[in-house]
Amino acid sequence: MDIKILGPGCPKCEQTLKIVNEAVTETGVDAKIEKVTGVMEIAGYGVFGTPAVVVDGEVKCVGKIPKKEDVKAWLKK
Amino acid sequence: MTEDFCASNGNIMILACSGGSNVGQLSNQAAIELTREGVGKMFCLAGIGAQLSGFVQSAWDVETMVAIDGCPVGCAKAILEQAKVPLKNHLVITELGIEKNKNLSLRAEDIARVKSAVFDACGIKPGTALTPKKANCCG
Repeated sequence: MDIKILGPGCPKCEQTLKIVNEAVTETGVDAKIEKVTGVMEIAGYGVFGTPAVVVDGEVKCVGKIPKKEDVKAWLKK
Repeated sequence: MTEDFCASNGNIMILACSGGSNVGQLSNQAAIELTREGVGKMFCLAGIGAQLSGFVQSAWDVETMVAIDGCPVGCAKAILEQAKVPLKNHLVITELGIEKNKNLSLRAEDIARVKSAVFDACGIKPGTALTPKKANCCG
């Protein structure tokens, strides 16, 4: 599973990364987590704001810190 | 450039039908000017229509949105419905008393009327502009 955290590195982006890391650890899913901080690369996902989370190429949330339960649900699909 | 992406807190997503008539282009021009004035941020309706996940999810997750249709055909509204995005604020320019035609030379007073209607639809006072920090950056 491929997970990308989109954001330039503000506290909300870091908190999102932390939650995603915890969700991956707790579910035991084999996932590669990558931070995407480049403006042009973020723009390529068509998001209105950051942080945003992308799971296997699909944008799952935009402009807010996701709930851990939601991240776990994304990992199960 | 960082601030261009950092969160969407308090930012109004503006979606214009941008159609090929005076009222379609009025929606586009009003969206451009409201973006320049810091009232909101114009967003790509075509991306939502194409069902691209970044655009659709952005429309889902944004707190405040306004969709501007030029005429009762309602393309912007229909695109949001097809993408199953809840319609939060919506206006139709012909309902403001502006007749649809093919004259693409827009009148300043019509643009102002559309912008005023956007303020009404979103329940904000004219002259409101988000500060750069609020508009762009999370903390």
